[in-house]
Amino acid sequence: MTHELDHGRTNAAQGSRIDAYIDRYAARAAGMVASEVRALFAVASRPEVVSLAGGMPYVTALPLDVVGELVADLVAKRGPVALQYGSGQGDPDLREQICEVMRMEGIEAGADDVVVTVGSQQALDLITRIFIDPGDVVLAEGPSYVGALGTFGAYQAKVVHVAMDDQGLIPESLAQTIYALQTAGNRIKFLYTIPTFQNPAGVTLNEVRRRQVLEICQRAGVLVVEDNPYGLLGFDGEPLRALRADDPDGVVYLGSFSKTLAPGFRVGWALAPHAVRDKLVLAMESAVLSHSTFTQLAVGQYLATQPWREQIKTFRELYRERRDALLNSLEVFMPAGCSWTRPSGGFFVWMTLPEGLDSKALLPRAVAERVAFVPGTGFYSDGGGAQHMRLSYCYPQPDRIREGVRRLAGVIEQELQLRDTFGTGAARWHAGIDTPGPDLA
Amino acid sequence: MSDLGHVLVLAGGLSYEREVSIRSGRRVADVLRSAGVDVETRDTDASLVPAVLADPPNAAFVTLHGGAGEDGAIRTVLELLGVPYVGATPDACRVAFDKPTAKAVVRSWGLNTPDSVSLPKETFHDLGATAVLARIVDGLGLPLFVKPSRGGSALGASIVRTADELPAAMVGCFAYGDTALIEKYITGVEIAVSVVDLGEGPVALPPVEIVPDGGVYDYAARYTAGHTEFFAPARLSEEATQACAAMAVAAHTALGLRDVSRTDLIVDASGRPYFLEVNVAPGMTETSLLPMAAEAAGRDLGALCKGLLEAAARRG
Repeated sequence: MTHELDHGRTNAAQGSRIDAYIDRYAARAAGMVASEVRALFAVASRPEVVSLAGGMPYVTALPLDVVGELVADLVAKRGPVALQYGSGQGDPDLREQICEVMRMEGIEAGADDVVVTVGSQQALDLITRIFIDPGDVVLAEGPSYVGALGTFGAYQAKVVHVAMDDQGLIPESLAQTIYALQTAGNRIKFLYTIPTFQNPAGVTLNEVRRRQVLEICQRAGVLVVEDNPYGLLGFDGEPLRALRADDPDGVVYLGSFSKTLAPGFRVGWALAPHAVRDKLVLAMESAVLSHSTFTQLAVGQYLATQPWREQIKTFRELYRERRDALLNSLEVFMPAGCSWTRPSGGFFVWMTLPEGLDSKALLPRAVAERVAFVPGTGFYSDGGGAQHMRLSYCYPQPDRIREGVRRLAGVIEQELQLRDTFGTGAARWHAGIDTPGPDLA
Repeated sequence: MSDLGHVLVLAGGLSYEREVSIRSGRRVADVLRSAGVDVETRDTDASLVPAVLADPPNAAFVTLHGGAGEDGAIRTVLELLGVPYVGATPDACRVAFDKPTAKAVVRSWGLNTPDSVSLPKETFHDLGATAVLARIVDGLGLPLFVKPSRGGSALGASIVRTADELPAAMVGCFAYGDTALIEKYITGVEIAVSVVDLGEGPVALPPVEIVPDGGVYDYAARYTAGHTEFFAPARLSEEATQACAAMAVAAHTALGLRDVSRTDLIVDASGRPYFLEVNVAPGMTETSLLPMAAEAAGRDLGALCKGLLEAAARRG
């Protein structure tokens, strides 16, 4: 047998960690590691895969030619303003228009209390930045929006989940959790909630509970951060009244044009009590100086010149059809022991798997069968959610949704057989982010 | 520009290692461009065959990991298209990619590899998992290493230290494939030896020693820069270094591989290497082992990749 060894350099062996800065990162960067689950989503981006994973709005339903003309017109006629720096608080005209949008949910507010942000995600970041010291407690529904959990984690907040059922946050659990935490000496800085068509659970806080949640938080001195990106995308009747509509001083409201227009503009906002607003504006300036004037004016122009309420209706009908396709397919294909929520708006269904199954362990086989979902663990900060998964219906066409659910049901059947064979689910999985990036359909 | 002309880097694919493959492909394309090569990068989708027919490349570099990239499928297609490519033939890939088969081949050549069994999930279902797993533990002892019979990047792999942990490890393994390789776990130093052959016979690059922070070289440890310490060349005795190099070149030869491969080994406390598996499309990312080995050998990665493509093009 012939072999040679190319010795190369003969200097003494020296360890390398590839990253020269590895011992210099902040403690909050500790969780930023390569993720096996995130890697699987790379496959889900291929067209062969039916993705029930991402939360991308179906922007193809927009009149793109009209939007194109509007943007061209903006540059031609208002270029020197649109391409210039703007104020930290955001374009005044757009803030007026935002108030008009919020009026649909019963909110009466002045433009002076609105801060335009880079999507509502940045509003969330700014709120967390100004309120949270490391170790402070944030209450959030369990499960909750992964982007919020990521932000809270980045500021080293301690997230405590509050139980939900199919009517949303359970007031008794909220009261008990607050009492227990405060009795133990914890500082609860705010309750983060998505009361309407919740991400990922798809459930909506009923009217009675809305009042109860506000009362509990008022009594306990807990600020409410109401995140409402899906509020205008209900399938039944008029938009629900926002929490903020009934408690202007106790609620910071976060809104967004990402779902009612397009996420590519990255225009969201926060509506906050005056003192909080002042801090948000300063925080905004320190973060990015000012939002993009260009996209703010584009959204403003769209609202001023286009039938945006009609467009929202178009979206609602489209998403309703897809929601129906998903729910009907789940009824037809899913094995016994699976259960799921029935959203009346928004983008998501939350599915519970039969006992002993771990949704993360299902994902590789699902990807091999060309279907993707998001494992439930991504929506908890405490390791919960393994028996759940989020299914989104916002992007795929109804026939693709049906095919995706058929494939997923087969994967679950196989996992059930494995569970029965070995008498257990999979071993606990590894570190890293359990959810896809924002650009996955 | 190089006289190599237009070459194709294949990256992406639909395997679990798509993301890693994309990173490998990007790196290979970058270093080739730096070496003056005219590079096009493509995913393996429905556009590939028409694109190759319309503008045939002079050679292809396959940086597809797992699945079609390593089981011979994409290389078969390249042969059908008449495109020379870097790396092993489809037949050799099929043998090397299947870990139990590769172990059997290298063992028949007298190479040392940990004792193991390989079973499909149906066997456990049909015969009863409890009885079969008990026999495995009795036969191989503990600890064990469980991994899918095909695939890479440690996906679905885990160390089993007690018999109680074995069922859950099996379920985790079967998430990534229908057949499991259950191997006696050898405690020792993890070593990777890359082998390159630019037409003058296979040569082992310096062994790379892998020391993951958490003790386990899992997905996060592999692809998060800073989470693993690498020593290139490995801190082995001269004798053990030679033994590792010999084993990697022998595995490369025994499995009928060509151009490039990477053999993963464990060296026990006595300095004895054990063959674990071989990769026919080694990772080429910033945290991958072959590029580290090349650097330790004082070789320019771009020149090396270019040399491999030139050898493939000459072969036709």
